[in-house]
Amino acid sequence: MSVPISAYLTLAAVLFGLGTVGVLITRNIIVLFMCIELMLNAANMALIAFSRALNVMDGHVMVFLVMTVAAAEAAVGLGMIITIHRNRETINIDRFDLMKW
Amino acid sequence: MTIDAVIFVISAVVAIFGAAMMIAQRNPVASVLYLILSLIAQAVIYVQLGALFVGIMLVIVYAGAIMVLFLFVIMLLNLRGSEELGKPSGRVSRFTKYVITLLFFVELIFVIRGVALPPAPELVTNQPDAFGSVKAVSMLLFTKYLYPFQLTGVLMLIAVVGAVVIARREHPGELPDDTAAESTLAETPKEGTKA
Amino acid sequence: MADYLFLIPLLPLIGFLINGLLIGRLPKPVISLVGCLSVGGALLLALLAFFELKGLPVEARVMQQVLFAWIPSGSFHVDIAFLLDPLSAVMILVVTGVGFLIHVYSVGYMHHDEGYGRYFAYLNLFTFSMLMLVLANNFLLMFVGWEGVGLCSYLLIGFWFEKKSASDAGKKAFIVNRIGDFGFLLGMFIIFWQVGSLDFATVMEKAPTAFSFGGGLITAACLLLFVGAIGKSAQIPLFVWLPDAMEGPTPVSALIHAATMVTAGVYMVVRSNVLYMMAPDALLVVAIIGAATALFAATIGLVQNDIKRVLAYSTVSQLGYMFLACGVAAFSAGIFHLMTHAFFKALLFLGAGSVIHAMSGEQDIRKMGGLRKYIRITYLTFLLATLAIAGIPGMSGFFSKDEILWQAFSSGHGSPIFWAIGLVTALLTTFYMFRLVYLTFHGTERMDTETKHHLHESPRSMTVPLMILGVLSVVGGWVGLPAVFGATNYFEHWLDPVTAKGSELVSESVHASGGGNAGLEMTLMFVTVLLVIGAWMLARYMYVRHTETATRVREKAGGLYTVLLNKYYIDEIYGFLIVRPFVGLSTFFWKIIDVLVIDGFVNGLARLGALSSDLLRFVQTGRVRSYATLFAAGVVLVIGFLILR
Repeated sequence: MSVPISAYLTLAAVLFGLGTVGVLITRNIIVLFMCIELMLNAANMALIAFSRALNVMDGHVMVFLVMTVAAAEAAVGLGMIITIHRNRETINIDRFDLMKW
Repeated sequence: MTIDAVIFVISAVVAIFGAAMMIAQRNPVASVLYLILSLIAQAVIYVQLGALFVGIMLVIVYAGAIMVLFLFVIMLLNLRGSEELGKPSGRVSRFTKYVITLLFFVELIFVIRGVALPPAPELVTNQPDAFGSVKAVSMLLFTKYLYPFQLTGVLMLIAVVGAVVIARREHPGELPDDTAAESTLAETPKEGTKA
Repeated sequence: MADYLFLIPLLPLIGFLINGLLIGRLPKPVISLVGCLSVGGALLLALLAFFELKGLPVEARVMQQVLFAWIPSGSFHVDIAFLLDPLSAVMILVVTGVGFLIHVYSVGYMHHDEGYGRYFAYLNLFTFSMLMLVLANNFLLMFVGWEGVGLCSYLLIGFWFEKKSASDAGKKAFIVNRIGDFGFLLGMFIIFWQVGSLDFATVMEKAPTAFSFGGGLITAACLLLFVGAIGKSAQIPLFVWLPDAMEGPTPVSALIHAATMVTAGVYMVVRSNVLYMMAPDALLVVAIIGAATALFAATIGLVQNDIKRVLAYSTVSQLGYMFLACGVAAFSAGIFHLMTHAFFKALLFLGAGSVIHAMSGEQDIRKMGGLRKYIRITYLTFLLATLAIAGIPGMSGFFSKDEILWQAFSSGHGSPIFWAIGLVTALLTTFYMFRLVYLTFHGTERMDTETKHHLHESPRSMTVPLMILGVLSVVGGWVGLPAVFGATNYFEHWLDPVTAKGSELVSESVHASGGGNAGLEMTLMFVTVLLVIGAWMLARYMYVRHTETATRVREKAGGLYTVLLNKYYIDEIYGFLIVRPFVGLSTFFWKIIDVLVIDGFVNGLARLGALSSDLLRFVQTGRVRSYATLFAAGVVLVIGFLILR
């Protein structure tokens, strides 16, 4: 095997960092949501890489579970976005300040 | 450079490119499409790592179903990327955020460098219960991880019910709803005249 | 062999649970069946246990059943365990026997009451608590029963809680009892501190070595335990709750006065007789308080006009007798009197209940008279009980009282003064009891025509217990015939295993009633009987033959009479000396300490919180992105810390 595991881990770190930047700077809530999905997938990639390195498949199962949670999260989160958009007519994250003070 | 390395480099570049473009886009539809691109590139890397089943799941479930859900919502809300998103954050705040992320990234790399992993054994792919195959993962899923697996089922059920409850209109057919519908009807001709 | 001991208290508990949990859902016959059968079953088991114990050789007459460890905490270990020895055997027989009769009586007496189910539930709980008290094998479990009877007395005295006087009386009983309980607890602490155990057997075993004979600690422990007994058994100065306990239903009074509750103090003193034998000073205090209470309460009883109140003071007085016996180290005599007293006092109260029942609720003996024609059974049984309590020869009270008087005179701890006080009390008792009988059942009929029209004998469920108790009042004393008659005092020998250990401790013999003094004993007994009959005749003269004499005596002794009628103003004195300062102190604590200091502190904290959150809330911008940024910064810091560590 020619590509070292650390390369895969580094790729995961890069993707995770991109996801973090996205979450921090984007003002569109749907993009923000997608950035979270990206971060989840970066973590998944690290899991897969470790699985491969240690020759166990438990990581695969974890990835599977993470995907399930992501799907559930997407369903609920998008539902919330629809509701908020219906009430506030915006997808600007900075205007979602219901919990202010 | 072996063929493995070539495949890895190409996939990695595509995945990073897709992720970066997703963030940079103004139009959410384009963002979704770039994310799908990134995910497919990641799936290639999954398969390269021997995670055949999970990689396929990623394409089918993630890139397929979940991203379509995003697209669907974007369409439903009729977003075209021209929405008022307010002022972009100030330069200082933006800079701070980049710095934080960079620090985070450096720390991650530092951690990765510190990990000592044994050299991975060679992959055997021509058997039905090989590493990462459907059979092998399912065996784990239905024996050792049966209980968490069952719980995800419950989680999904709760998510479905929750999504329905959240997205549902409070009192369908009642007065506020009707007035809202009337107002949109009343606005439609105006838009028409504008156009 | 003692596997079923736990069932004796358990059965009433089950009865309580059934009746208590299903209040208002059971028909009355089922309630009475559950209530009576549970106690009846306990009675049968108690008899069984008694005969099994009797079958054992004298020195082996102890049955223990350890159910489970209750508080296993290091060196402090307490079991839920039951102990059956001759003493507790007598007690469970009295409690279940008299208790059962009272339950049966209540079926008739309480038949029209709204709270029928509640009443029987409390009654069963009362029996359960008392059985726990007498069957416990350690001080702590005994204390559980001790508190249990306190609680039940509160519940039952205040049974008709809509009546203010009843709920007040309940509270009074509870609070006064609590004062005593405090002493009991402290005494328990001293015992545990010195002996390292609360188990009766261990304490009695080790006490002679753990304490020095007559030392300060043992005296303190005994006196503190006795404070508990004072509260529970209504002695001076804590007797005030018992007369007020009349506010409860009459069978409850019978239960409290005869079978349960007030006897607990006597039982406890006898149970720890080894400790008391080690502390002669404490014994003397017991004797003095007992004698003083006996005389004091008897004088009050002379002039009371409420039928139940007379009986209440009579109980206080008789309890004083029992403590007098304990105080002169005649423990078996004390328990003997406890038993006979249980019979005739229960009978007196139940009879009084029957009278009140017949009189449509009237309790004032000045409005009665001539009742013997209308309620014959009640009259005859009441008369039997009166003869018994007066100590007419042949009746149960005669033997037990005589035993106490003789011991007070002759015991190593006794003195002729105690004997004299006992004798005067006996005369007073005879007088006021016959006064009660004559005013109630003889002479002119002073009730109004309406009441007279309704006069009727009580139903069978009430008269049958009366008759059984009547028989017991007569024959109950025959188990303890004095040795001077040439008979064997079965009762005293029965209790020997319990009291022997204590009497070994002191050099002079406690049982001084040896043959050498037989002549003296006979003489004293003869004098007593003569005087008692004289007191009877005096009562007869004053209240039947020449009723105007009573009025004249009353007018002559005007001031004294008023003082007695008002019970020496004890309640008022307590109110002035104790209650008022307490109210003042409590008001101070309430207005100053509580409202200003404690509340001020708490409210100040709340205001501080409000103030600081007013300042801090500006951190909460409500912007998701700034939260996320802070979050990410936090993650960076944590990971950085973990790396650099």
